[in-house]
Formats: sequence, C-alpha cells, structure tokens
Amino acid sequence: MTPELLNLSMLELSTKLARRETSSVEVVRACLGRIEQVDGKVKAFLRVDAKGALAAAESSDARRKSNAALGPLDGIPVGLKDLFLTEGVETTAGSKILAGFIPPYDATAVELLKGAGLPIIGKTNQDEFAMGSSTESSGFFPTHNPWDLSRTPGGSSGGSAAAVSCREIFGALGTDTGGSIRQPAAMTNTVGLKPTYGRVSRFGVIAYASSLDQVSPITRTVRDAAALLQTIAVHDPRDSTSSAAPAPDYLAEIEGGVAGMKLGVPREYFTEGIDPEVERAVRSAASELEKLGAKVVEVSLPHTRYALATYYLIAPAEASSNLARYDGARYGLRAQGAKGLREMYSQTRAAGFGPEVKRRIMLGTYALSAGYYDAYYLKAQKIRTLIRQDFLEAFKDVDAVLSPTSPVTAFKLGEKLDDPLAMYLVDVFTLPCNLAGLPGMSIPCGFSAAGLPIGLQILGRHFDEARLLRIARAFEREHDFIRRAPPV
Amino acid sequence: MSASDYESVIGLEVHAQLLTRSKIFCGCSTQFGAPPNHNTCPVCLGLPGVLPVLNKRVVEFAVRAGLALGCSIRKTSVWSRKNYFYPDLPKGYQITQYDLPICERGRLTIDLDGKAKEIRITRIHMEEDAGKSVHDPSGGESLVDLNRAGVPLLEIVSEPDIRSSEEAAEYLKTLREVLVYLGINDGNMEEGSFRCDANVSVRRKGAKELGQRTELKNMNSFRFVRQAIDYEIARQIALVESGGKVVQETRLWDTQRNVSRPMRSKEDAHDYRYFPEPDLPALHVADALIEEVRKSLPELPKAKAQRFQSQYGLAAYDVKILCADPLLADFFESAARGYSDYKKLSNWFTGELLRLLNEEGGSISTLKFPASQLAALLATVDKGEISASAGKDVLGEMFRSGKDPAAIIAAKGLGQVSDAAVIENAVNEVIAKNPSEVEKYRAGKKQVFGFFVGQVMKAMKGKGNPGLINDFLRKKLG
Amino acid sequence: MALSLEEVRHVASLARLSLSAEEEERYRHQLSAILEAMEQLKAVNTDQVEPTSHAIAVEGMLREDVVVPSMDPEKALANAPARVGTSFAVPKIIE
Repeated sequence: MTPELLNLSMLELSTKLARRETSSVEVVRACLGRIEQVDGKVKAFLRVDAKGALAAAESSDARRKSNAALGPLDGIPVGLKDLFLTEGVETTAGSKILAGFIPPYDATAVELLKGAGLPIIGKTNQDEFAMGSSTESSGFFPTHNPWDLSRTPGGSSGGSAAAVSCREIFGALGTDTGGSIRQPAAMTNTVGLKPTYGRVSRFGVIAYASSLDQVSPITRTVRDAAALLQTIAVHDPRDSTSSAAPAPDYLAEIEGGVAGMKLGVPREYFTEGIDPEVERAVRSAASELEKLGAKVVEVSLPHTRYALATYYLIAPAEASSNLARYDGARYGLRAQGAKGLREMYSQTRAAGFGPEVKRRIMLGTYALSAGYYDAYYLKAQKIRTLIRQDFLEAFKDVDAVLSPTSPVTAFKLGEKLDDPLAMYLVDVFTLPCNLAGLPGMSIPCGFSAAGLPIGLQILGRHFDEARLLRIARAFEREHDFIRRAPPV
Repeated sequence: MSASDYESVIGLEVHAQLLTRSKIFCGCSTQFGAPPNHNTCPVCLGLPGVLPVLNKRVVEFAVRAGLALGCSIRKTSVWSRKNYFYPDLPKGYQITQYDLPICERGRLTIDLDGKAKEIRITRIHMEEDAGKSVHDPSGGESLVDLNRAGVPLLEIVSEPDIRSSEEAAEYLKTLREVLVYLGINDGNMEEGSFRCDANVSVRRKGAKELGQRTELKNMNSFRFVRQAIDYEIARQIALVESGGKVVQETRLWDTQRNVSRPMRSKEDAHDYRYFPEPDLPALHVADALIEEVRKSLPELPKAKAQRFQSQYGLAAYDVKILCADPLLADFFESAARGYSDYKKLSNWFTGELLRLLNEEGGSISTLKFPASQLAALLATVDKGEISASAGKDVLGEMFRSGKDPAAIIAAKGLGQVSDAAVIENAVNEVIAKNPSEVEKYRAGKKQVFGFFVGQVMKAMKGKGNPGLINDFLRKKLG
Repeated sequence: MALSLEEVRHVASLARLSLSAEEEERYRHQLSAILEAMEQLKAVNTDQVEPTSHAIAVEGMLREDVVVPSMDPEKALANAPARVGTSFAVPKIIE
C-alpha cells in the first residue's frame, strides 16, 4: 500500500513541508521504500542514488529549519532520465556503450534542479539514446507499465513516466524528440509537457536529434508540470539554441479557464488505426472544453501524413552524427582484442549499440550520404517547413490544437518488436509538433475498458506554454483522473 | 612532347590558426605547448551532451581577413558538420562552413620578378582544428592529445590561377605576410599554425579543360612547397606522356626521400555527409561590424612598403627587411620621428639591431628600450660625442639592460672627446715629446703618421675624436 | 527492394558498425521497408520551399574571447579506456 504521503502532488507536498508536517528526509525515505517495494516489478530505475538524495534532503531540511527563503519545490524528490549528465553519478543514456561512464559535469537542467533544492532519487530507464516508443530498446531491461505489468509504459522516457505514475517519485525530467515524454505520459496517466524548442537548455543532455530534442517535465498534475517547468525554463549561455526570452510565471493564470479561447481539432489526426476508445475519450474531452467556454472547430493540417517519414529521415540523420563520438576512444565501452583502430571502432559500436540504434544510425547515414542527401535529408527538411507552416496557418484561427496523444493505449511487451514501422506509427500524432518546434502537452483524459490510461494532447503556439497549462488545468479540474493510482 | 608543352594548374588551400586567446567553441586556452590534454574541457573533448558557443573574435578575424583580401562578406553564413571517424576528431565530426562560407571572391596580388599577378581567392571560411595523434614508437598505440581540438582556423582557398611552384611560394609568402600584418596569425609553418595543401594538375598548353588533379599535403616550409609541386608536376607529365592516367588521390610529400607518396588508408573516398549544424544558428554579420573592422584594418604590407620607399627614400632591399615584421616597421617609424637621417637609421636597423635580435634572442615586442632612445643614441654619435663603434657597444648594453644611452655612456666612460682645444693640446704634447719621429715623418716616412695617432689616442685614453686628431696632426706635422 | 546488400555494407562501413551476415540481411529488409515508406515524400511539391534546419530562429549568441580555466586533465581522462600519461591511447591505424 502506498503511504498517503506519496499520493500527494509536488505542490501539495510543498505545503506540507512548509507546515513542517513532514520533512524532506522522511519523504525521500518514503520514495526509497516504495522503490524497494515495487521497482522489482516495474523496473523504472537504472540506478538509485540513496546517499545523494538523502544528503540533498538533509540540506533542504536544514534550509527550512533556518527559515531561509525556499523555492516552491525545495526538498521534493524527483528522478532523471538517464540522458541527463549527473556529475559523479553513472549516466548511460540507456546504452551499454556508456556503461560505467561517470560524467565530470552536471547538465544545466540538473544544476537548476539541484540549485532549487530538489533531491534526485536516481536515473530512470529509457529506450537507448531516446530512440524508441516503448522503453523495450533499453540496453539493459524493459520497464513495465504500472497499470498493467505485461505492457510497456511507452517510450522513450518510459522509466520516468512509470516511476512518477506508480508514486516512486513526485516528478521527473525526461526528453521529448518525437513524443518521448507525451506518449509515455498518455500511457501511464501522467502529465507530460514538451516545451517550445529552445525553452530549456540542452547542455548536458545526451543528444539524439539536436534540432528536435527538448527537455520535458513529467508529473502527476498540471500545476506540478507548471512548477517544474518554471525551475528549468532559464536561458543558458552554454546552449546556442537556448531562447533568451524570459519565461512568464506559469502558475499566474493557470486557473483562468478557457472561456473565449478557440480550440482546433485537426481532421487529419483522426485517421483509421486509432483505437475507437481513444477517439471517443478525446472527442468527449473536446466537447467538455466546449462546455467550459471554449469554441471548438475543425482545422486542417494537410501535411500531417508526411510527418512520420519526415521525422524518420531527419532524426536518424542528426543521430548518426551525434552518436559518432561513441567510438571507444575516450570514454565508455571499448571492444577488446581488435586489430587496429578501425576494427576497434566497428566492434565497439557493434557491441555497445542495440538494434534500434543501429537501424537509425544506418538510416541516417544513408539519408545524408553522397547521392541521397537531396532526395532524402534535404527533401525532409523542406517538408518540415510545410508542416510548420500548416500549424502557423491554423494558429491564425485557433489558440491551440487538440488531438489524441497516441492512437493506441499501452501495448503488450514484445508486441511491436518485430516490426520497426509498426512501432514508429505509435508516434504519428506527437511527431509533428517537434518538427515545428511547438510546445505540446499530454494530460489524462480517461481510461479504456481494460483500465488503461488515455491521453489528450494539447499543442500550442511557440512559447505559449502558459496557455496550454491553462487549458489542461481547466479540463483537469473537472475530473479526478489524476487521483487514480495504478494497481501495482 | 616535352615538359614545355604542358601547363601546370595549381590551387592552394591554406589553413591558418587564429590568434584568439580562447578556442572557437569553448573557453579553453589556445596556447601552444601545454602538456597533453591540459587545455581541454567537456566541449572540446566531445563528451556526451556538450554544445558549441561561438567566439566572436573568430568572426572579427574572419571579416578582417576577408576585407584585407578584397572579398565580399556574406551577411548570413551557415555552419555545417563534416562527418568522419578519426582519433583526433573527438565528436566524430568537424564544425566547419560548407555551403555558405563567410567570405567569397577576393584576390591577392603577387610580385614575381618585378611582374604583378592577381590570384583570385574563391572563399574563406571558419572551422575548428582537430587534436593531434602521435604514434607511440614503442607500442602499437597512438596517443591522442586534444589541446589543439577546437583551436579556430581560417581556411583560405585560391582559384587554380597559379601556374608554377615559384608562383605558389610567392602566393604563400604574400598571404602569410598579410595575415601576420592583420595580427590574426603568427605565420609559423614549422609549428603548423600556417599550413598549406596544394591541388596540382597538368594539361597541354592551350587546352581548355583541366587535367585530373591530385592533392599534396605535408609541406611545412616554402622550400618543401616548391620541391613538392615541381616533383608532382614532373610526375604527372611523365605519367601522361607514357600513356598513363593521373588518379585523383592525396599524396604526402616525403621530406626524407624528396618524393610524393599516395596517402594510404584512403579506402572509400571520404563521404563527409555534410549537413547544416543544428546546434548553431545561422551567423548574421551586421553592417556595423563590417564597417568597424574595415576602419581598424592596419596598413597592409604592399602599401606600407610603397610608403616607406617614398616617405623615407629607402631602397627596396632595405624596405623589404624593415617591413617584413610590422612591429619592426612600427619601431622604425617611431625612431624616425626623432631622427631624420633615414638611411643611417635604416643601416642601424638592418645592421646592429637585427644582429642583436638574432644572436641574443627576443623580438621587437620584448625590446627593453623605446625607439626614442635609439634616436637619441644616433644623435649622440652624429654629434661626435662617442664614436660609431662605441655606439654599437652602447646599443648592445641598451638591448641587454634597458638603461638609457646617456647613463651607459657615462657609466662606461665612453664619451668621446671632441673638444678641439683639448685635442689640439694633446697633439701638441705628443709632437713635442717625439721630435725624432716628427723628423722621420717630415723626411717622407708617411707611415709614422699612425704612430702619432696611436700616441695621441693613448694620451687621451682612447677617447679622442679620431677625425679631429687626424686633422690636427696633419696640420701640425705638415 | 530499396537497398542492396552492397549498399548496406557501404553504409555500415561509413558508420563504423560491424555486422554479421545475418544482421546485414535483416537490416537490409527493415531499412528497405522504412525507405519505401519514405517514397511518399516525393509526391510533395517542394520547389519553392526553403529547408528548415533550425526549428526556432535564435539570434546568434556569441562568446567574448576570454580564457576560462580548463578541466583538470585527470577528470578529462577519468573515463578513458586506455591512457599513457595524460594522453588517450588508441590502437594504431593498420594500413
């Protein structure tokens, strides 16, 4: 049974801590206890740093005791996808090729969390190098969905989503390149928020696809997502793609409701292949928002069907280049017994990378290679412009776009492993906004008859996260999906 | 067919390390000579998760070079990744500029045997240098030092307008001089901060099409450049004459055997898979920056040389020496403000000053005395207060101690006596003391004159003004 | 099929991935299927369209030319699989 403490949201816990009704150390211990209780089955964590977390919790308690001014999340334990470099703590990106790698520096987002006083419980499991939609491509082991242990929690941030969902931690950071935080959020009844590209620093986050990757918070409530985003939405001079525009106060107008807003439902997002229960739940959510005062209209994003191919040319191309540094020369795994440098490179990478990573590296290398660049990579970057234009056009009329996050609910482990394309199709609704650099959220909007969570996706204009949070909160208030806990 | 029926077509690519304090994409020092991997950080080591941030001075230097070489500056230029695997390339790609470089379409005029020729410059772009890989002689390993990884480079590419190894060497000399003058490169070929590769092909004279070219590398002196190019031209002509075909390849100049050898391990021709660098936005160069750089351009070598000839009336030979180092030229001009016998000043520069620098080490920037003191010293010599040879001693002392000439002269008691009365007196005394020698001289033994000079000098403890001594002796001896 | 075995080998070589014969065949199938799905992109007219290489236009961030102390070389080498002194040691290139 989960201690009541662990069912609280981050901000509820914050109040409790402020009232001295509990301490950060007590909370961390509760998390560690919960992990001990369930993680053998869920397998959300790659490693737990009890020592580091307790030390940070003690500091937090000391600060609170001395009546120092504290940030709202001071002392609240979180987890980090293993893509985030944590100084002195092994960081692997979910890959054998980085097994044993101990970073000499913290990612900027990690520095910000530590600076705000959040203890970091551990590093969560993921698809290797963020390539995947089920966490089954982890180089170590798959994570199980707390709602049904025979199913995946989605991916690539499956570990973070599962851990938040089953109350092992209160919130987490993951990354979202094509849906890697939104889709697992949809599959685990949690809130996943991918900010606008450039909103959060990528420095110290192991790169998959540089023009698409974005650090993303995952929490159990919308207000928590706002608070966690606030902590990390800071300009970073170490990241040349980091936005200099200051972030607004995300909580300031979050309860403002949707009256007067116009929301679009894109017809191209309701194709065959969507689970009818998912469609029903999402359309129902749209009607509810209408009842709450928003105007809901149909919009068209005509190039939607090209998003999958576009993404699966651009992301692997960038990845093939970003992963070239994993060659056994300066860090990570090195194959032994190779005859000469070239063999060392090839054998190291063959041994260290899993099949999905190899597939994407080869796809990307091919798309960039002489003779194919124009037809594949360049073509995809042009279609990307069209996809982006579709959204900008729609946003002239509507303030946000509603859609299902995923066409299906959580699928069985092993179900899609033999068919890479089938796996890629799970991301059809989440991919387009990454291509356009737009912010997107997934929030719980119901359950299937089998008790599996369904996610509602909300997409917005560049740097309009505050509005997305407001729409999400308006919907969340009317339901108690967030109070439901998984059976594990 | 003989060699004279062929024309050689040469294009040169220069990689010049920029004299910024820090690297192009991180704050590590660019200083040469640190122990391996002591000038590194996560960014230039290519650790997971790192990102590049551009050093603004690299852009300024690139614009400076572009303007000095008559290029048009691209307002928007783009960064690219050049992908390949090598131990000295930590990210597995080099950040460079491929499609849209920062400068294009410039020119450099060279002088060969009094004739001017314009060599067109295709492009100039910025990129990062790789580290160094040293082969461990004892083991089967290579040792990788990434201190140099991330040092900023300018790549300057010429059109294939060059037609001989002499032209090539002259182009490189002239280009190097410009870059040194601009203060953006130290011109050191031996240490590798100024590197050049040559693309060489041959064709029958009068042919319109270009022959197949090869790339020549590893020429780290002007002499090697000329030797390598001459060898390659001859090799290609011989190959074509005997019915063979020139193969596109990269060849290294072997300085031991004086031949060019194809580079091994060139497996598949490199497919660099260039694509726009997603971690760096496009670079916008503002008009204001271009104007600012243009205004701050120093006087370039040719213009300075011409001005020296006309303003100071110096011969081309002297001007060449004085202007070889812009700091030396500046020092000359400083001195010239306080001393107007420019020819004499130039002789002191090309004679004594350069000798001291060569023999005792140092450079103009480490000189211990200001130009004004050199001018003062020369004035003292002109006035006859010390002899010219004493003056050389004083200069040496100024060089070593930085003391001012007056102090040195006083301390060493070098002051030459030029008081006519004093000298006349000494001359009178010596004549009076040596009547038999006077007889001998007047009788026709002219070589006795030297004896008198010596005696007067001895009496004056070596400080007598020799000119005056001679005059008085001649007057009084008859 | 979109990809030949030769092409798979060439790409694997460029990417420094050594593959078994079975893997070569398996990836050939999978990559071909994926590339075939990409063919639909040809249908889109992109003649007048500029490519997007950056999702959001960020105005150039430039650093001042100031030296920042480098990392302790021991830290730089801490994860090195092999080292000699403060250099990384890698196998030689075999010709």
